[in-house]
Amino acid sequence: MTDELVKLSAAQMAAKIKSGEVSSRELVEAHLKVIEAAEPSIQAFLQVSADEARAQADAFDEKTAKGQTEGLPELAGVPIAIKDMIVTKGIVTTAASKILEGWVPPYDATVIEKLKAAGMPLLGKTNLDEFAQGSSTEHSAFGPTHNPWDTDRVPGGSGGGSASAVAAFEAPLALGTDTGGSIRQPGALTGTVGVKPTYGGVSRFGAIAMASSLDQIGPVSRTVLDSALLQEIIGGHDRRDSTSIPAPVRPMAAAAREGMKRDLKGMRIGLVKELGGEGFQPGVQARFNESVKLLEEMGAEIVEVSCPHFPYSLGAYYIIMPSEVSSNLARYDGMRYGLRVMPPADVPQTAANMMAYTREAGFGDEVKRRIILGTYALSAGYYDAWYGSAQKVRTLIIQDFNKAFEQADVLISPTSPSTAFKFGEKMDDPLAMYMNDIATIPANLAGTPAMSIPSGLSDDGLPAGIQFIAPQQRDEVMYKPAAALEAALNEQWGGPIWQSLKTPWLDGLNK
Amino acid sequence: MAEKLMKYADAVKQFDPVIGLETHVELSTNTKLFCPAHVEFGGDPNTQLTPVSLGLPGSLPVLNEAAVDYAIKLGLALHCEIAEWSQFSRKNYFYPDMPRNYQISQYDKPTNGNGYLDVELDDGTIFRVPIERAHIEDDAGKNTHVGGADGRIEGADHSLVDYNRAGVPLIEIVTKPIEGVGDRGPEIAGAYMRTLRDIVRALNISHARMEQGNMRADVNVSLRRNPTDPFGTRSETKNVNSFRGIEKTIQYEIRRQAAILNDGGEVLQETRHWDEASQTTAGGRVKSDADDYRYFPDPDLVMLHITKEHIERLAAQMPEMPRERRNRLQGEWGFSDLEMRDVVNADALDLIEATVASGASAAGAKKWWLGELSREANAKGVSLEELPVTPADVAEVEKLIADGKLNDKLAKQTVSGVLAGEGTPAEVVAKHGYQVVSDDGALVAAVEEAMAANPDVVEKLKAGNMKPMGAIIGAVMKATRGQADAKAVNKIVMERLHA
Repeated sequence: MTDELVKLSAAQMAAKIKSGEVSSRELVEAHLKVIEAAEPSIQAFLQVSADEARAQADAFDEKTAKGQTEGLPELAGVPIAIKDMIVTKGIVTTAASKILEGWVPPYDATVIEKLKAAGMPLLGKTNLDEFAQGSSTEHSAFGPTHNPWDTDRVPGGSGGGSASAVAAFEAPLALGTDTGGSIRQPGALTGTVGVKPTYGGVSRFGAIAMASSLDQIGPVSRTVLDSALLQEIIGGHDRRDSTSIPAPVRPMAAAAREGMKRDLKGMRIGLVKELGGEGFQPGVQARFNESVKLLEEMGAEIVEVSCPHFPYSLGAYYIIMPSEVSSNLARYDGMRYGLRVMPPADVPQTAANMMAYTREAGFGDEVKRRIILGTYALSAGYYDAWYGSAQKVRTLIIQDFNKAFEQADVLISPTSPSTAFKFGEKMDDPLAMYMNDIATIPANLAGTPAMSIPSGLSDDGLPAGIQFIAPQQRDEVMYKPAAALEAALNEQWGGPIWQSLKTPWLDGLNK
Repeated sequence: MAEKLMKYADAVKQFDPVIGLETHVELSTNTKLFCPAHVEFGGDPNTQLTPVSLGLPGSLPVLNEAAVDYAIKLGLALHCEIAEWSQFSRKNYFYPDMPRNYQISQYDKPTNGNGYLDVELDDGTIFRVPIERAHIEDDAGKNTHVGGADGRIEGADHSLVDYNRAGVPLIEIVTKPIEGVGDRGPEIAGAYMRTLRDIVRALNISHARMEQGNMRADVNVSLRRNPTDPFGTRSETKNVNSFRGIEKTIQYEIRRQAAILNDGGEVLQETRHWDEASQTTAGGRVKSDADDYRYFPDPDLVMLHITKEHIERLAAQMPEMPRERRNRLQGEWGFSDLEMRDVVNADALDLIEATVASGASAAGAKKWWLGELSREANAKGVSLEELPVTPADVAEVEKLIADGKLNDKLAKQTVSGVLAGEGTPAEVVAKHGYQVVSDDGALVAAVEEAMAANPDVVEKLKAGNMKPMGAIIGAVMKATRGQADAKAVNKIVMERLHA
């Protein structure tokens, strides 16, 4: 029973709530059971907020009993996990950093308010690379998350916790944050769906800032439709975020449902020449090429587009992102909240020394590396050469996209160059780690929406991902072909990708 | 350690001073610059906060539109060019009173640029102060150092931080180097600050109370031998918060730097503080041009777009500017130029206007504020506004005089009572039983007694020499403990003389 229930899509769970077959509380209990069974091997969660989830579910079930759920979104009552980069009132929020260990926020992020209003219980807070800085979740101060497909391998990052939780059936849905691929790359590596909405499409209020001009909250799920439904709930204008776009939410679920009809006639899909081929694992490239063929078979016109400045995007990203990081993370100084480390007795007990000792002890190596990079890039005399040039590259990348979208309605590429790698494999080589995001970064720099869905299993038996990119503020445009491909792949493989996933933690749960 | 100083007159003869003022004006918006935290002076520490003003993780700034309108109005009053697009940047540095460890300020794209302010000097000369920019930024919190000798961080055993002020909107008005001041630097700076204060108050965008820190200035001074020489090395005296402090800082810095240069020394580029107690500036941090705040555009905020139409709307709402108002009031009150300048220099314009509005004559109002009350304020070392007497009180006293219920002496005693906190003029009069003795038997008896006691005076009066009348009035006053109405005494004497 538990086994069957947790393997449903969120939309299916919602349908069962509506028909009265299952209550929100039952869904919460089923997932809490899976969490308890899976966590020893997966370690996707930093906090499990069982009490809050139960109370929220009960409140929702009571509303249902009284017939007061009119007007709530389709996913009402379905539980969700939250990346620990998003603040939750009363629930410890750490960004997976020692510097915030034990910090209990006094307020909710806008997206959390929206989920609560939708009656969606919060199962807990998921693991990530410290302050979302990394591509493997190995940089978490509280230990890595394991990939459910092979627990000796990373789930990607930074949102490895959310992706693994959804892949392992610990949660039907999760929220992530994506600055350079932190939702999409873990999606690819865990066989899940991950969406980075248009920049400004989802409020960042309450998302702990990594790089403000790139960060975006987005959905993690097992189906395209589930992400569409979730994005419609969390999206929309928010006066508390000055970069939030004052426009109505796009009709994404309708586009996904339209896509499920598998008719893409009239749609032009652009293959980005610069994203793929050399440097991409053959199995990943093979699954991608097969996906292209399926898209073509459904009537899409495949065109090759060139984005000549994309090769510079990684360089620009590693100037802009650390620059913003160096400033955004300055507030963690031990003065007001979080960790405080006093200097040893033989060092003057000043505020400046306290700040220095706190930051030395509180931040991990990768965070320090980026703070140092960013501080240097913003320094007087270097600003124009580094930050200024990087912003110009950014403009060129936006122009590349604009030209590409004249030739194609939606762009595609493999999401990540490789499948999940082993723990420690890239920890000593930051540049190799950074290459993970080569295909996902351009969308962050340009603010365009992008999503990753599974393209199948690579030769090594691990999931590979395909990325869809749509024009700014046209998020629905990518949902249609993504849902179409998902349906076509399901038919080709005889069901969703997770049918091949071994889930020993689920064994015995039904007894 | 006393520093070597040159006589001011010699210093300005030998050197050409150049001054620069960076004035912070705290805006009186209801809420902070980037969040809805309520702002009020004197609240309990750390009670005027939101997640944004504390810089909590995940919080984001949202620009207060009222603060932008205030800034535009000030820009218009300072004849600035109002930028169609302006931008907020982050000024990065670590300090315990800064919740985010960066200040949000305008850097290379300020809202107001390139203006001027004409200020009127004591002799009526108009001096034009060039304005570089007037930009918007948020304030830091306030540190209190406990356990040290004088509230300074040195020697303190711990410090407290109050973030109520963190995020309060400021406008920083930066002058261009003010050249050609000659020996009038302190006077020009003082007049500039007062004019700026008056404008800010007329616009109703700040309480502009220097003693509450609503207005404070960083004072830059440098010297050069000749007006054609490049600028000399400057000192920057931070956070001077009184008009007189600013004037004296400039005077002191001119004297100090002149002595150094005269001895062949070099002026250090440094920040200094004005010390009110010793009336000197003291050296602080040596400042180098390498100070690096790593400015970059704040990615949490979008560029600020100000349309021509919006500027025109605000321009149409601009109130009368202080100089026009002064000219108008001078006409209405019939004051001479000299009288008007006295009023302005005493900071009594608003008070006299309010007193006149409460029913007093302009001359009567001026007499009180520039006379008795100015003396009192000077003696106590406070501003006229800070005295515990209101324009309405003064007008009430004036009415009691006009109605013949108080004479000058009793009126002064009544005002003293008000200043002593005894209540309104009516309450003070009632409490002490102040009353002019005018037409009762007691007064007649007192007059007759005085005349009898001074027969020689009476003779002179009878002979038509009215000069000694004062002696009779004085004697009557003495006998009635000052409650006699001098006019009534005069009348009774005249009746007796011609009886």
